[in-house]
Amino acid sequence: MKPNFEQFTDIPGTTIFTMEMAQKGFQLNEFCMSLRTQENRDRFHADERKYLDEWDMSEEQKQAVLTRDFQKMLDGGGNVYFLSKIFAAEGMSYVQAVSTMTDMNVEEYQAMMVAGGRDIEGWRSKKERGEA
Amino acid sequence: MARIVAGIATSHVPAVGHAVDSGRTEDDYWRPMFQGYEFSKQWIKDNPADVDIIVYNDHASYFGMDIMPTFGIGTAGKYEICDEGYGPRPVPVVMGHPALSTHLAASLILDDFDMTVLNRLDVDHGLTVPMSLMYGQPDAWPTRVIPFPVNVVMYPQPSGERCLAIGKAIRDAVQNFDEDITVRVWGTGGMSHQIQGARAGLINLPWDLQFMNDLIDQPEVLQHKPHLEYMIEAGSEGVELIMWLIMRGALGDDVNEVYRFNHVPASNTSVGHLILTPKD
Ligand SMILES: [Fe+2]
Repeated sequence: MKPNFEQFTDIPGTTIFTMEMAQKGFQLNEFCMSLRTQENRDRFHADERKYLDEWDMSEEQKQAVLTRDFQKMLDGGGNVYFLSKIFAAEGMSYVQAVSTMTDMNVEEYQAMMVAGGRDIEGWRSKKERGEA
Repeated sequence: MARIVAGIATSHVPAVGHAVDSGRTEDDYWRPMFQGYEFSKQWIKDNPADVDIIVYNDHASYFGMDIMPTFGIGTAGKYEICDEGYGPRPVPVVMGHPALSTHLAASLILDDFDMTVLNRLDVDHGLTVPMSLMYGQPDAWPTRVIPFPVNVVMYPQPSGERCLAIGKAIRDAVQNFDEDITVRVWGTGGMSHQIQGARAGLINLPWDLQFMNDLIDQPEVLQHKPHLEYMIEAGSEGVELIMWLIMRGALGDDVNEVYRFNHVPASNTSVGHLILTPKD
């Protein structure tokens, strides 16, 4: 079967981690994996730029990490489970980190979740939303 | 002869693990969710089994992008707990069942499922949070466990058809194991949730409830649901639900619904939970 990596691009506000994206983000995700030891977390936090320079990442990917721009990390082939190593190491929860990718602050985001989460109506298709 | 005696489906939200580990299960936020598992904790005490085959996914905790098995099976005697960025969860080490694992892995490969054999494996919240929900906080886990990791993180994930089929093959393999032991199969992850992008926080409870009904009554239809539909309707991370089809396939044609529970939210997730038993 011929793979169709493009089939997900109409989903609004969503970056699907395809095998193609995994290629693009390999070094970024490898860096994230390295944060599974306390020793590396300490080295990263002591000098983030220096630690990132040990990885063959693009400057754009490094900047995204330094500024904690999770959407840019996704655009660069990062996957949220990998990226979670960055925010978990800072004592940040998924709710806190995830909210930064939306147009809400963390209190508004948490209130939305407690009220039942984001309603799917209007969020199925970019075409429907006039975004494509 | 070994027998499959039950199937368990449950979400495996990491924050649920934190709540257990930090003694916050009685907080106002968490109490209603944990109360939904009180029945299950009693039921699993009253209905013990020897082995739990736990279908789960690793969340970039043990497997990175170096090696990404589509279907894996643990064959070790024990499994340590992953450091997911904040140190390992303070839960007991997970003890394996090498004899059944080896039999299962070999059976599945001979049945044309090209398994990745894992003689070494550390397990993450995908496996340990369901155990905490069902078993609480014991000094040692009450059963032997066979971890069954599935790639649901990177597209293409295995198809729903393949997941249901491998579940059926697990059933055959267990029934052909010569020891007289009882086995449960767990399908974990889901239900609807999305933890990335501007659409993060998506929950689709009506879709989740329909998925549960179809899983019970018509898995042969449900198996054809394409990945794209999971990702649109249940969120980018809702595609984890294909793992429930593996559990369902292992239970045979007809099942009894022993228990069902839904709760929104735990962290970013719609929590769903089922206990099923095979009819024959
Ligand atoms: Fe998961």
